[in-house]
Amino acid sequence: MAFPEPKPRGPELPQKRLKTLDCGQGAVRAVRFNVDGNYCLTCGSDKTLKLWNPLRGTLLRTYSGHGYEVLDAAGSFDNSSLCSGGGDKAVVLWDVASGQVVRKFRGHAGKVNTVQFNEEATVILSGSIDSTIRCWDCRSRKPEPIQTLDEARDGISSVKVSDHEVLAGSVDGRVRRYDLRMGQLFSDYVGSPITCICFSRDGQCTLVSSLDSTLRLLDKDTGELLGEYTGHKNKEYKLDCCLSERDTHVVSCSEDGKVFFWDLVEGALALALPVGPGVVQSLAYHPMEPCLLTAMGGSIQCWREETYEAEGAPG
Amino acid sequence: MAALDSDSDEDLVSYGTGLEPLEEGERPKKPIPLQDQTVRDEKGRYKRFHGAFSGGFSAGYFNTVGSKEGWTPSSFVSSRQNRADKSVLGPEDFMDEEDLSEFGIAPKSIVTTDDFASKTKDRIREKARQLAAATAPIPGATLLDDLITPAKLSIGFELLRKMGWKEGQGIGPRVKRRPRRQKPDPGVKIYGCALPPGGSEGSEDEDDDYLPENVTFAPKDVTPVDFTPKDNVHGLAYKGLDPHQALFGTSGEHFNLFSGGPEETSNLLGDIGVNKGRKLGISGQAFGVGALEEEDDDIYAMETLSKYDTVLKDEEPGDGLYGWTAPRQYKSQKESEKDLRYIGKILDGFSLASKPLSSKKVYPPPELPRDYRPVHYFRPVVAATSENSHLLQVLSESAGKPTNDPGTHSRHQLNACKRGELLGETPIQGAPTSVLEFLSQKDKERLKEVKQATDLKAAQLRARSLAQSASGSRPQPSSPDVGHCSWHMALSGGTATTRTSNFKPFAKDPAKQKRYEEFLVNMKRGQKDALERCLDPGMTEWERGRERDEFARAALLYASSHSTLSSRFTHAKEEDDSDQVEVPRDQENDVSDKQSAVKMKMFGKLTRDAFEWHPDKLLCKRFNVPDPYPDSTLVGLPRVKRDKYSVFNFLTIPETASSPVTQASSEKVPQHRGSDKSRKPSRWDTSKEEKKEDSISEFLSLARSKVGPAKPEPSPSVNKEEERAMESVSNKVVNKDVDSQTEGEGSRPSMDLFKAIFASSSDEKSSSSEDEEGDSEDDQEGTREADSKSSQETDLAEASSVAQASEPAPQEPAPFFPIQKMQIDEREAFGPRLPPVFCPNARQKLEAPLKEKHKKNKEKHKTKKEHKRKKEKKKKHRKHKHKGKQKNKKAEKSSSSESTDSSDSHSEEGPADLSPQELLRRTLLVYQLQAAWRCCQPDG
Repeated sequence: MAFPEPKPRGPELPQKRLKTLDCGQGAVRAVRFNVDGNYCLTCGSDKTLKLWNPLRGTLLRTYSGHGYEVLDAAGSFDNSSLCSGGGDKAVVLWDVASGQVVRKFRGHAGKVNTVQFNEEATVILSGSIDSTIRCWDCRSRKPEPIQTLDEARDGISSVKVSDHEVLAGSVDGRVRRYDLRMGQLFSDYVGSPITCICFSRDGQCTLVSSLDSTLRLLDKDTGELLGEYTGHKNKEYKLDCCLSERDTHVVSCSEDGKVFFWDLVEGALALALPVGPGVVQSLAYHPMEPCLLTAMGGSIQCWREETYEAEGAPG
Repeated sequence: MAALDSDSDEDLVSYGTGLEPLEEGERPKKPIPLQDQTVRDEKGRYKRFHGAFSGGFSAGYFNTVGSKEGWTPSSFVSSRQNRADKSVLGPEDFMDEEDLSEFGIAPKSIVTTDDFASKTKDRIREKARQLAAATAPIPGATLLDDLITPAKLSIGFELLRKMGWKEGQGIGPRVKRRPRRQKPDPGVKIYGCALPPGGSEGSEDEDDDYLPENVTFAPKDVTPVDFTPKDNVHGLAYKGLDPHQALFGTSGEHFNLFSGGPEETSNLLGDIGVNKGRKLGISGQAFGVGALEEEDDDIYAMETLSKYDTVLKDEEPGDGLYGWTAPRQYKSQKESEKDLRYIGKILDGFSLASKPLSSKKVYPPPELPRDYRPVHYFRPVVAATSENSHLLQVLSESAGKPTNDPGTHSRHQLNACKRGELLGETPIQGAPTSVLEFLSQKDKERLKEVKQATDLKAAQLRARSLAQSASGSRPQPSSPDVGHCSWHMALSGGTATTRTSNFKPFAKDPAKQKRYEEFLVNMKRGQKDALERCLDPGMTEWERGRERDEFARAALLYASSHSTLSSRFTHAKEEDDSDQVEVPRDQENDVSDKQSAVKMKMFGKLTRDAFEWHPDKLLCKRFNVPDPYPDSTLVGLPRVKRDKYSVFNFLTIPETASSPVTQASSEKVPQHRGSDKSRKPSRWDTSKEEKKEDSISEFLSLARSKVGPAKPEPSPSVNKEEERAMESVSNKVVNKDVDSQTEGEGSRPSMDLFKAIFASSSDEKSSSSEDEEGDSEDDQEGTREADSKSSQETDLAEASSVAQASEPAPQEPAPFFPIQKMQIDEREAFGPRLPPVFCPNARQKLEAPLKEKHKKNKEKHKTKKEHKRKKEKKKKHRKHKHKGKQKNKKAEKSSSSESTDSSDSHSEEGPADLSPQELLRRTLLVYQLQAAWRCCQPDG
């Protein structure tokens, strides 16, 4: 458990706009890095899902097959398949190379807000506004989910998966963590409708953003509050939040067109990165590098640290 | 042969060939016996009959289905040198010999086909054909046909011939007298097989004269009426070139025998040329006068009246031209005969009726009003209230009927009750029409309010839906059957979930509403005749029909709205819980507890719930995780834990926290905690500030976890009846002196808690510093408690005595520390001031064996520090926490009475009745405590 020593000066934050890609797929509902951060997925409101190389700005493939706008997507650990969920209540498993629909899971009663693969991409977990999380089996041909987690009393806004846990944030203001190894369900009351949750990269904490314009860092095991981050604006939309690549900063979208960076430990605002005039709908942080993707309107922006040189860009 | 000559039996007609007369001496032949009537083939072999549908007399190869080759399939061999010829099998290849014989289905002998059969002899067909040919654009196309005359005649002709019939004759008995008036047309002259050729012209007049008496004549042949439609553009009765006349003139009379031109043409034209005896030339309207014509006087056909009949003629007997197809001369017959045209001759023994049959009188249908539209519109039933009077009016206008507002009831709409009212009778007391009669006035009014609200809603809903349906599809299902079917279908789907409770479309008329509800119940049971059954038998048919309609529609409306709504929404989980838990507000309290905790930023134990959750086995497999509950078949949350937010969970805590459970559990927990602790500093050692805050929050969370370890825990074993009873009693108490009790008594235990915490962390100063603060309040506390005490004592003296008697039991675990002893002493000293205890103790006894169940859950909430002090802590209730925070400022002494069960029992009621103000107060106290702790920290 070697945690990096936080440096006295904050680590480099992505604040240089490297690229702006016009995705041409209507509003970009979500932008997601793939597992190694070389590619990204954009979920469009025109029912398509697009795979990009964000640093070069090249469109690699368009995946169409959804019946309504795509709301979230995720890539598998081996980059061989994608999953996505959308307003058509369906969860779709895609083959990356061929662009074909491999499976279409139907069963949700409402829009699918969020999808995640498990670690081995054998299960897709999808959270929907029908207040259920459904665990779809990618291995078998069963049309029914393996299990339906219906403990939430309101729509599921965000789901994250670790190797043995399922973390779910719900609009009923609770963060639920299903620990498969222990066979326990931990429910933390936050009070305000939760828009996004994520694990810290060390797996010890959970970051929770809620509609009271507050991000909270909770201890995963005890549910204690470790930090609170405010200053941004999040009153209406389901906005993303995340932690930086080394857990040094908390990053969140804001409805005032900025991306906010807080120092995780001190809780002080480190940077308010102006993106544009609209709402920053979604963001994704590179798993290894200080690279940030933001989505605003119909385009996505790629941000790198100030010292970054485009020529030496990996990938 | 037919007997022709004998006068005596002239009426006798005999057909067929008579038997040859027997010769003398010859014995009549014996008929062949049945067994000898066998079928043999051409070689005289006996043939076996297999069955009409299984081969007849020939069933395959030697009466088998096989063949000479058997079933071996033929092999197909074809090489380049030796090509196999493609053999196309015809139907004959599959036929037997018999089929090809004379009587088979495909006879091989040569017979004349229908095409070459003699048509000339078939006069009827011939005539029709020639008629068509004459009117055809190219006349005379049948000429070639006429030259070729095949000999073969059909069997019918031959039979007729053998019976004496000759061609050209009619069929039937011979008549004595030749028809008097015969048309001088060539067609008729064909009859002249009996007449010499050329004698036809003069013979007509002479016929009558020298006809011998004994000569009979064959009946006249019947000419079929030609129905060939006129498909050309020639004028009516236009006749083109007549080839007969063109080629041969009238000389070719024998041709005329065969051609036998159409009667009309011969009537109009043919006879002219014939009569003039022209030798040569072409006649016809299409041509003018040729150069070779010596006469040109009458080449243009002149219509003269002489060619027409000017005299009414009698019907010719034996003519056979009856009915509507008769030529026009028959139309001017007598009236009586006119009738006969249709039935033919009057049978023997019958006569025409002199008096016409009186026909049935037919009444004309009533005349429809001018603006009548033959479509039925359902009149929506809307309760006439002031709000929807406008709607009513609109609806009534659209329906074209007066509404049934209460003032103008038609007599059909009155039932017995209403009539009685109108007549001023006192309603019958014996049998109230509905349950509503039993209600008190107040209740009725309340019900009425509710009803009006729902009624209005229902009416609006209904009106809207009706308007939609009316605009969408004008013709509504008017027949009751259609309607019945539709609502039955819809209801059968929807009634499973229908509740009659909140939809009362006929609330205005209680009796009707009752019937409607009865109908719904019947429907739910799936009875088809539910509608019929629930209707009032005393009503008229009209009323029944109307009500049936209304009920069906109301049920349909309700069912559909209900089902569509229910398909859109899932049941709220809270509602489910409220079904299980008697006191739903406790749940809300719990949420508000959490909210307040969130406001205080006291995340952790306060805001955390932990449940046993069973993942699916397959999910575990997919996640590469061992199944945590390998033996359980359960998936998801155990159902008994539904009442996780109920107040009863709190009530069970004193027992669950007591001795045996936590001892076992405490072993596990410390490690869990310890790992947390060891990890945390490493993460958060970056700044001192952070660390300090952390430790505070840790402390707080520890405290919280300690006092409230089992808050979210389920209490499946709790006897609900007991709890309810207990609660009702305790509620009384709480209501009486809530505040003083909860604040005063409940605040104390926390001191103990904090002592435990601080003692373990070897921080004495904090407690000492708090001592001073607490002292001042101590006195107040005491007095308050005394007040409350006295009031309670009076109320529940008996209860307290019982409670105190049973008190020692849960306190038995031996104290570890002197503090504990002191507390016990203090408790004894303050004993009289303790509030009475009632049910909890009794319940404790009952639940003692069930404590084990909570062991597991307990464990997780134990902390390392708790471990040290667990013996005394077990008695603590989670609610102490609130009080504890508050109490920290107070002196240790003030905690004298805290650890008693009686105080616990009172504090148990705390969460249910915590007021926001109190929470706020506690929050404040906690903040103060935190401040105090911060002050102390630098020193330590």
